Amino acid sequence: MGKVFKFHKDVDTDQIIASQYLLFPTIDEMKVHTFESLNSEFASQVKPGDFVVADENFGCGSSREQAPSVLKALGVKAVIAKSFARIFYRNSINIGMPVIVSKELYDVVKDGDDMELDLLSGKILANGKEYSCTKLPAKMQEILDQGGLIASLNK
Amino acid sequence: MAMTMAEKIIAAAAGKESCKAGDIETVTVDKMMSNDGTTHLTIDMYNNLKNPHIADVSKLVWIIDHNIPADSPKTAASHKKMREFAKENGITFYEGEGVCHQIMMENHVRPGELIFGADSHTCAYGALGAFGTGVGCTDYLYSIVTGTSWLLVPETIRFNLHGSLKPGVYARDLILTIIGKISANGANYKAMEFAGEGLHDLSIADRIAICNLCVEAGAKTALMEVDDVAMDYLKEHGREPKAIFKSDDDAEFSEVYDIDLSEIEPIVAKPHFVDNIAPAKDCSDVKIDEAFLGSCNNGRIEDLRVGAAVIKGKHVHPKVRFFVVPASRAVYKQALKEGLLDIFMEAGAMVMNPNCSVCWGACQGVIGEGETLISTGTRNFKGRAGHKDSFVYLASAATVAASAVAGYITVAEDL
Repeated sequence: MGKVFKFHKDVDTDQIIASQYLLFPTIDEMKVHTFESLNSEFASQVKPGDFVVADENFGCGSSREQAPSVLKALGVKAVIAKSFARIFYRNSINIGMPVIVSKELYDVVKDGDDMELDLLSGKILANGKEYSCTKLPAKMQEILDQGGLIASLNK
Repeated sequence: MAMTMAEKIIAAAAGKESCKAGDIETVTVDKMMSNDGTTHLTIDMYNNLKNPHIADVSKLVWIIDHNIPADSPKTAASHKKMREFAKENGITFYEGEGVCHQIMMENHVRPGELIFGADSHTCAYGALGAFGTGVGCTDYLYSIVTGTSWLLVPETIRFNLHGSLKPGVYARDLILTIIGKISANGANYKAMEFAGEGLHDLSIADRIAICNLCVEAGAKTALMEVDDVAMDYLKEHGREPKAIFKSDDDAEFSEVYDIDLSEIEPIVAKPHFVDNIAPAKDCSDVKIDEAFLGSCNNGRIEDLRVGAAVIKGKHVHPKVRFFVVPASRAVYKQALKEGLLDIFMEAGAMVMNPNCSVCWGACQGVIGEGETLISTGTRNFKGRAGHKDSFVYLASAATVAASAVAGYITVAEDL
């Protein structure tokens, strides 16, 4: 069970982690600034197992992998959006953070709602109702299952 | 089988006769560019590998351009890590030479290549008929270790350009118009291909400006047919194509647009999205605090000439800071030779070293709370140029220079 943090459409990677923090030496030093421009409380309020739920085109803009990395480092279990921008989507899978397309969830949950996600079955439970998510393409599911792309280099 | 330009480049990189949109192919990557925005993290990941190695170091190009000169001890430490790793491993390395994509265009990109860049604006390389695509550190690391990667072959949206841009209208106005038309995710996962007789009229600078901004419509890459203009540029810079591809006449496109260049007008993209466009003429109520002429999109000699012609003999508005940032050392030297920097300096502009500068919002010319910037940069996202509650308008070099003089947004002809 985790809490929902809700964001609008076209959230770009500058909002997830702003440019001025990208050259900090480590992701851990950056993560306290996650979503600073949109919700300055996010980094202190989010707990491991919580969810980011968004409208269309989440993660557009820059290719900075720091964007999914700070979310993962804060313990975000998954990002569920109506759609994702291409590079953010690929980066997330590559680092082993689930990104899930759901056309309906954004419209039925609100900020602070409790939610459960079963990654294996692809089922979401929110407000007593069950929703199913779009399956990942096989190639990406394979990368996610092995814990990210780097795991394949360390075999 | 009829193929698009994108399909042909990927098929060649996969060592196959053909491929089609929707296929997943394992490709050999021709070049891999990375800059100081993310390389320090890539190095940490590399050092944590069980068997770290680089498949072919001659394919790597590393460029410090985002925060140069360093603005803090933390940045200096990240630069040091990158500089030392590049030296130890024999990686082609540039520091302070200019914005990464301009360095790549001047020195490395060849038609027909498949290029990974750890920067979203890598799609700029389509101006020379190369498939450039932005990747994160993990994809970048995988490609330098294995020499390969996997790619989902994209569908292609084709833009047939007809006629010519009117005087006072620029490539920037064209691509903003297109992004406004198809929206910020209108080309998500797709290639944007430009062809038609209107293309031949456009300089390489124009073509880079167009391809560079395609990621703002979500595109995976941008591609342009290679013609005499592109071949002349290559020759001038001492390079030969890897291969020259064009889409077959009966290739399948997901959408086709015909665009009459003579209908394009000066455009601005208003805060906080690149697809939030309006005619520049309708924005004269917007007062500005800062103006920026530079970036991988519009920091070339052609752009500086346009800006200098607008501002010559005039003066920057007393309430405006105007930053002029040539995109590379070569552009800077040429601008010096032509007297353009004198014109900007005499008009009260500040001329900075070649780097990403104001466009990146973390190094130079950061704007404060409530301030408004007009910029030839690549993005106008909330907080992109500094404080989260600030405003960025994107426009052509001419509109930026004219607005710097007026103190509010204006097209050059109304100055």
